[in-house]
Amino acid sequence: MPSLQTSRQTTRWQRRLADLTPQLVLIPTLVVAIGYVVGFSLWTFWLSLSTSTLLPDATFSGFDQYARLWGSKRWTVAYQNLFVFGTLYVLGTLFIGTLLAVLIDQRVKFEALWRTIYLYPLAISFIVTGTVWRWIFHPNTGVELALHDMGWLSAQFDWITDRDLALYVVVITGIWHASGFAMALILAGLRSVDGDLVKAAQIDGASMPRIYRKVVLPTIWPIFIAVAVVLLQFAIKTYDLVVALTQGGPGVSTTVPAIVVYDLMFQRGQIAQGAAAAVMILVALAIVLVPYALWTGWKSRKEAAHHG
Amino acid sequence: MAETMHQDFDPLATGGTRRRLTSKGIVYTLLAVFALVYTAPLVIILLNTVRPLDDIVRTGFIALPDAETMSLKYWAEAWGTFCIGGTCEGVSRFYKNSLMMTIPATILSTVFGLLNGYILSKWRFRYDGWVFGVITLGVFLPQQMTLLPWAFVLGKLGLSNTIAGLVFVHTVQGISFTTLFCRNYFVSIPDDLIKAARIDGAGFWRIFYKIILPLSPPILIVTVIWQFTGIWNEFLFGTIFTSGANQPITSAIVAFSGSGTGERHYNVEAAAVIMAALPPLFIYVAGGKYFVRGLTQGAVK
Repeated sequence: MPSLQTSRQTTRWQRRLADLTPQLVLIPTLVVAIGYVVGFSLWTFWLSLSTSTLLPDATFSGFDQYARLWGSKRWTVAYQNLFVFGTLYVLGTLFIGTLLAVLIDQRVKFEALWRTIYLYPLAISFIVTGTVWRWIFHPNTGVELALHDMGWLSAQFDWITDRDLALYVVVITGIWHASGFAMALILAGLRSVDGDLVKAAQIDGASMPRIYRKVVLPTIWPIFIAVAVVLLQFAIKTYDLVVALTQGGPGVSTTVPAIVVYDLMFQRGQIAQGAAAAVMILVALAIVLVPYALWTGWKSRKEAAHHG
Repeated sequence: MAETMHQDFDPLATGGTRRRLTSKGIVYTLLAVFALVYTAPLVIILLNTVRPLDDIVRTGFIALPDAETMSLKYWAEAWGTFCIGGTCEGVSRFYKNSLMMTIPATILSTVFGLLNGYILSKWRFRYDGWVFGVITLGVFLPQQMTLLPWAFVLGKLGLSNTIAGLVFVHTVQGISFTTLFCRNYFVSIPDDLIKAARIDGAGFWRIFYKIILPLSPPILIVTVIWQFTGIWNEFLFGTIFTSGANQPITSAIVAFSGSGTGERHYNVEAAAVIMAALPPLFIYVAGGKYFVRGLTQGAVK
């Protein structure tokens, strides 16, 4: 009799264990996710409110470090650069991406080949991209020297060493890297446009460029927003590309916020101020992402209500 | 349906023959010009891997190799004997580091992603939406917010300046992406399939092996490609948490090409850069549509 009792008990335990398996398996991830996403963020935020320099120091100093950060020229230059770079990079990438997508949409031959060529930069690291383009842009190794070699001795192409123009080198390289990505998403959007719409416009006598401008592209505007949001995210997080291309120079002319964070934390021993700069990057991301998330949530609720 | 209609319609087959030909001509010319701009940098660097150094110094990177002086020895030097950051073992050492970092981190994060995605889509429990939300927030968290905590945690665990430390960091960071991918994919598997299996007495693991895994290959390929290329190409963590001979390939490239001092070895450096680009490029060409799928899902969702 007692043996039956125990076996019944074990099966009950087994069943309970089986019921809990999903939650148990999820525990490591949960611990890591909460520790990483929530814990690390709060940790860095807490450091940004302290007086830490080379080592963490728990003395509370309020938002002192933020004031000091915004008072430093390096940081304000970095933020201005981010604005200029981000704007030109997003607009340029969207423009080239749209152009490429529309071209491929013309029922061209070898479509797969064109797509593969335009998209491959995205598989390559920013480090490789930046290094390669630095060689091409630099007057000692690239275009300028090649022009001199061809006999045009007065040719000048030294944007990358020019304080006022170096940022545009970063923009061009960034666009080269990302426009294939914009092309892929916009092309998918173009393929989802109802062909009847285009036919109707055509019967009305509109030319092809006009049909795209007035009918096709306006119907896929949510895709442009989505691509722009992703690109803005890339822009705000930009670090590797600038390090490989210009190292933030000449001077501070191409310095971006992520470079300042690295310098403050690991070169200058200003942990608290570096943490404050990192929080500012998070804030910039939130400014872009939160409205977008709210908007997409609102849109899908509206659609659900519409269908229901 | 919409797609087939669109396919029926040929935008350029309108108007007269002449207009049709000129517009075709414009389209192909533009496509070719852009293709040239996109491929030129890689081709230029590739050509310089076989040119002697004095030649590159004289005429720069944008020139064709001379058939008489062409040599593949710079590839051998880049792989085996080139001095980077004090060690003269060429790229091979850093290549090995990158592989030792990328392969385990890819496998681990993918396994966790599969399990998490399975649980969060098929084993609903209270607050599961919140759990999913917190995990996927990790996708957007900038690396800068995690640098100091990671440095501290890795130090405590004795993993500073080790490949194992980088594997750990990339696995944790990667779980957000892999969970997002897998959960969104598994949601489309009908719940009735799972219910029927449970009525037949199948448990958590049995359903995972017998139903979920056999349906997983498409998302598995997307996830592995995404993780592998992302981790292989990553730079910031590698630079901060490792140094010297323990660094991954991206940091090694910056170490030799970024330092303004010392004698330049452009041909050897070019070969090293191409080597660093090859694994992700190979995966991109071989993975094709799966690469693009990961891109669109990872980006927009």
